Amino acid sequence: MVHLTSPAFKENATRALADPGLQKALARTKPQFHGKRAKAVAGLPEFEQLREIGKNIKNHTLANLDFYLERYAAKVEEAGGKVHWCSTADEARAAVLRICRDAGAKTVTKGKSMISEELGINDHLESHGITPVETDLGEYILQLRKEPPSHIIGPAFHLNREDWEESFRESHTDLDPKRVFTERRDILTEARTKLRSRFLAADVGITGANFLIAETGSSVIVTNEGNGDLTQTLPKVHIALASIEKVVPTLEDATSLLRLLARSATGQDFSVYTTFSTGVRRQGDLDGPEEYHVVLIDNGRSNMIGTEFQEMLRCIRCAACMNHCPVYGVTGGHAYGWVYPGPMGSVLTPTLVGVDKAGHLPNASTFCGRCESVCPVKIPLPKLMRHWREREFERHLTPGTVRTNLGLWAWFAKRPAMYRAATRLGIGALSLLGKGKGKFGWMPLAEGWTRGRDLPAPEPGGTFMARYAKTRRNGR
Amino acid sequence: MSKDAILGAIRRGLKRGPLPADQAAMLEGRIAAHPRHLIPARSRLPRPEQIALFIKNVEKEFGTVERIADVSAVPAAITDYLAAQNLPARLVMAPHPELEAIDWSSRPLLARETRRAQDGDLVSLQHAWAGVAETGTLFFPSDPVRPATLNLLPETEIVLLRASAIVGAYEEAWDRLRAERKDPLTGGWMPRNLMLVTGPSRSADIEQTLELGAHGPRRLHILLVEDEAAPREMSRAEARAQATAQPGTPATPGD
Repeated sequence: MVHLTSPAFKENATRALADPGLQKALARTKPQFHGKRAKAVAGLPEFEQLREIGKNIKNHTLANLDFYLERYAAKVEEAGGKVHWCSTADEARAAVLRICRDAGAKTVTKGKSMISEELGINDHLESHGITPVETDLGEYILQLRKEPPSHIIGPAFHLNREDWEESFRESHTDLDPKRVFTERRDILTEARTKLRSRFLAADVGITGANFLIAETGSSVIVTNEGNGDLTQTLPKVHIALASIEKVVPTLEDATSLLRLLARSATGQDFSVYTTFSTGVRRQGDLDGPEEYHVVLIDNGRSNMIGTEFQEMLRCIRCAACMNHCPVYGVTGGHAYGWVYPGPMGSVLTPTLVGVDKAGHLPNASTFCGRCESVCPVKIPLPKLMRHWREREFERHLTPGTVRTNLGLWAWFAKRPAMYRAATRLGIGALSLLGKGKGKFGWMPLAEGWTRGRDLPAPEPGGTFMARYAKTRRNGR
Repeated sequence: MSKDAILGAIRRGLKRGPLPADQAAMLEGRIAAHPRHLIPARSRLPRPEQIALFIKNVEKEFGTVERIADVSAVPAAITDYLAAQNLPARLVMAPHPELEAIDWSSRPLLARETRRAQDGDLVSLQHAWAGVAETGTLFFPSDPVRPATLNLLPETEIVLLRASAIVGAYEEAWDRLRAERKDPLTGGWMPRNLMLVTGPSRSADIEQTLELGAHGPRRLHILLVEDEAAPREMSRAEARAQATAQPGTPATPGD
C-alpha cells in the first residue's frame, strides 16, 4: 500500500508551498484544468441534465448493488472470464499474484489504475520476483522516479520538462548520454520505443476499469495513449482490477456516464480509446488474451452503503473536484498523503484508512463548494467532509484549542440575546476602528489570518440582524 | 467466502436480504429493455449534415477524412496518401471480406499483407464497423476479420468506413450491434473487444502539452465511402422534430 503521510498534511502543505518546481507546474496547469472543462461543458447544452441522469443511474445501481454485481459476474463467466471476489486489499494482492504465477509471468505490463495504487500491487509483485511495468506515460516516469501519482488522471502533472529529461537520462543508460531532447516529442518517442518492447514481452497485462457492465459482463477502460489497450490485448492473460462500485446496469447507462466523464476530466468530448473487454479470445480471433480475470475489490466500500458516505460511491474518478479546488491548486496532490487527493480524497481517504489518520484532509477545505458544483454525478463533497469533521469531533480527535473555541462559540450561539449583544459590540468597535481605512492589516487573536491578507472592516449600519430588524420596522 | 461477505455487507447496509424474486425480475426487465437516457440534440440532424458533423468531429480530434466515391478508389487513395506522408507503399490489412474484395491491380507497387499487426508494421488498413457523428468516434468490434492489434501497433492507421455505417449517437450503434451480431462463444452479441476510437493516440502527460502518437497510431486517416443514394431531403419540420433532445424512457422502479 502507498505510504501514508496524511497525518502530516500541514507539514506536507507547507513544503509544497515552498517548492518552486511544483508551484511552476501548478501555475501552468490550473488554467488548463478549468478552461478545458468549461469549454467542453459549454459545447453540450444538455450537460446539466446529464449530471442529474448520471447521479440517478449511480443511485439506482447502489440501491441494488448486490443484484447487479452477481448479474455482472455471471455474464463474465459466460464469456469465459473469471471473477475473483476480494473483501480486502490482502486478498486482492494474493489473487493477482496467484494469477501471475499460474501464468508463469516474469513481467507484467500495467495500464493506469488508481485501485492498483490503493492495493500496492507493484511492490507486492516485485517482492515476489515479478517485474511490473507502468505503461501510461505519466505513471512510467513516476515508476522510474519511485514517486506516487499526484493526480488521479494526470499523475505526473507536477513534473517539469527538466525532470523528464533527467529521469530518462538516468534510467535509459543504453542510449547515448549526450542525446538532445529538442522537443517534448523526443521525450515521448523515447518512451514509446522503450515501452514497445515491454508490451510485446509481457506475460500478463493489468488494467483498471472505469465501468463494469452487468448487461454484458464487460469491463471498460478509457485512455488517450492506447497503452491500456496494448496492455490488455497483447499478453495471453488480462487482469482487470475493479472496485465494486464500478458496476452499472446497461450500455446505455455507461454511455450517459461516458458523456460526462471525459468532459469533466480532460475537457475532451470523448477520450481517444474507450474499450469494452468481454471475456476471452474467441475462436478464430487473431489476437486478444486467452485468459480474462476480474479482481473485484471491496476494501471498505460496502461499509459505506447505508451511511451518509454512500453518495461518495457515485464517484467516477474524473478529477474535476481537485482540478477546481483552491486548496489542491496550491498544495498539489502529494500533500494529501495517500492515493486519492483533493476533495474526493478528503472524503474517501478517512473511510479507507481511518479518520484518526486522515482527519486533516476533510479540514483542508474552505467549503467554497466548487467541487460539488463541477462534480458530474453531483456528490455533495462539502457536506460529506462536514460529516467527517463531526465524527472527528465526536471521537475527540479535534485539537483542544479548536474544541474550546467551538464550545465558547456554541455557548453564545445558544443564547441569542447575548450573542446579538456581543456581535453588536464587536461590529461597532470594528467599524469605528476601521473607519476611513476600510480594512485591517493586523488583528489581535487573528494574526494567522491577517499575516497573508487584510481583514475587511464592517460597513457602517450595524449587524445583519440589526439591519434586518430595521427593514422590518420600516415595513419593507 | 469473500463473495458472500461482500454481498452480505452490502445487504446489511441496504437493510434487506437478497432481493425478492419480483424485484429481481423488474431489474432484469430494465436490463432487457436497456432504456435510453437523454440523447444530446447535436447529432439529430438531416443525413448529409450528420455525415458532415462526423467529419468535423474527426478533424477536431486530429484525424483526417477523405471522401471517395466507391471502394474501387481505395488503392489510389491509399497510395497517394502514403506518398504524401512520405511513407513506404506497404501495409498490413484486416482479413475483412470488404477489403479483400477490392481490386488492387491498379496499384501493383502497394505491398499488402493480410494478418494481425506485429511490431515494426508502419501502416495498417482496418475496417470500421460504424461511425458515430456525435463525437467522430469509430466502432471496432473484434472479430476474426477485424484484429484489434491493427488499431494499436502501427504508427499510421487507415480506416475504411462506409457513410451508410455512420449513425448519430452511440445508442444507435448499440442497437445495431444488438441486432446484427451473434457472438460464437456466448450466443449474445457483445464481442470480446470493442474499441471506440476518437482520433489518433495522444498524451498530455509532459507539461500538459498535447503530443500525438503516444503508444498507438500517430495518424488516423479515414477513407469514407459515399455509398448512400442521394438522401431524401428532410423537410425543415422533420429536421426540427428530430433535433430536439429526446428525453430518456422513464426510469424504472428503484431509480
